Amino acid sequence: MNYLMRGIGVLATVGTISLLAFSLPSGEAHGDGGDDALPQLTHKNWQQECASCHLAYSPALLPKASWRRVMGGLDQHFGENASLDPVTQADILRFLETHAADSGNSAIGSKVMRRQGVDKAGANEAPLRITETRWFVNKHDEVPRAAWSRKAVGSAANCAACHRQAEQGLFNEHDVRIPK
Amino acid sequence: MIKHMFPSSLAMLGMVSTLALAAETPASLMTQYAQKAGVPVSALSAQRGAALYRTEHAGRDGQPVSCASCHTASPQQAGRTRVGKRIEPLAPLANPQRFTDAAKVEKWFRRNCMDVLQRECSAQEKGDFIAWLSQLK
Ligand code: HEC
Ligand code: HEC
Ligand code: HEC
Repeated sequence: MNYLMRGIGVLATVGTISLLAFSLPSGEAHGDGGDDALPQLTHKNWQQECASCHLAYSPALLPKASWRRVMGGLDQHFGENASLDPVTQADILRFLETHAADSGNSAIGSKVMRRQGVDKAGANEAPLRITETRWFVNKHDEVPRAAWSRKAVGSAANCAACHRQAEQGLFNEHDVRIPK
Repeated sequence: MIKHMFPSSLAMLGMVSTLALAAETPASLMTQYAQKAGVPVSALSAQRGAALYRTEHAGRDGQPVSCASCHTASPQQAGRTRVGKRIEPLAPLANPQRFTDAAKVEKWFRRNCMDVLQRECSAQEKGDFIAWLSQLK
């Protein structure tokens, strides 16, 4: 399956919508071709369990090792209890690993990995937060520091405060507006 | 390909079981919690439920927390999570989907009671809580 997915990843970087992508069953990537486009993914447990307190963050934005840390500590999840039954937890982790930044399944994931520089000494190989990755910091270097703590934003993790279409997985610059 | 189909068939199974579980009502859950607590349903107290909702406790960061911190002072209104996402109202009259899925109700009682009270809520407390919410008009 990895060969097929990698093939699609390559097509996606070229910027074409691959017809092949449409023939994939649900649960797999439909790269829409845009340079920084997030893969549009569907997975019942992930969408149901990881989107009640914040939006369902794309698995392509963190490496597998990060997702294992996140899913291994749900009872103390950033100061909140987000615990799940073991079966659901294992199912979601499998999905997150399949589409993680280092799965080779999306162009944006490969970018996150390249920026993270995991092959360099001293690199953080398993950041707990997307907002801590070098990729995220670099993408947001023009956002004024004060904007992050504005009341309407509250936290950098509140992607939807600025990215109006974030719930739909769309982060392109046309849909960005930093609230006053 | 089998590997590809697997998640979707799992998802369908999940949907079927959610439907099966969604057969509860606030009243049937109150009966179950009262039974578990070993008291008659009439012994559930809306007043104690309201107190459970409003009482503030010392949070992890020293700030006071209560159920109202996220669900707001009025459970008939929408609340907000710490990350800023909307929470639909808790009161069944304002949101008929509430207290219709036993597994979901148990999951959130477990999480939110641990966060606010640093312990699980008892069956009696859960019954009181639903008794209060379901008589809000
Ligand atoms: C009970 C509420 C709750 C649930 C359920 C929940 N989270 Fe979170 N999550 C939080 C909070 C609170 C934060 C911290 C946000 C902040 O710092 O502003 C967070 C942050 C995160 C972050 C880091 C965001 C960043 O700053 O880059 C990741 C990744 C994450 N969650 C993944 C998940 C996954 C995966 C699931 C599903 C298994 C999940 N969450 C379910 C409450 C929750
Ligand atoms: C305070 C507002 C704000 C928040 C919160 C925020 N962003 Fe952004 N984001 C921006 C701005 C502004 C840009 C730059 C748009 C541009 O390229 O001009 C941006 C750019 C991006 C881009 C690149 C888009 C492109 O086409 O180049 C991505 C992807 C992105 N953000 C993802 C996220 C994610 C994921 C989160 C949450 C974990 C998040 N953002 C939170 C304001 C925000
Ligand atoms: C940190 C924020 C937060 C706090 C504090 C909080 N809750 Fe919640 N609660 C949530 C979220 C998020 C949901 C899920 C929303 C959804 O799925 O619509 C929820 C859902 C619930 C549900 C599920 C009801 C249903 O049938 O769908 C119950 C019961 C509940 N909370 C009880 C409580 C109680 C009792 C307290 C206080 C001891 C409390 N909550 C405090 C965030 C919170």
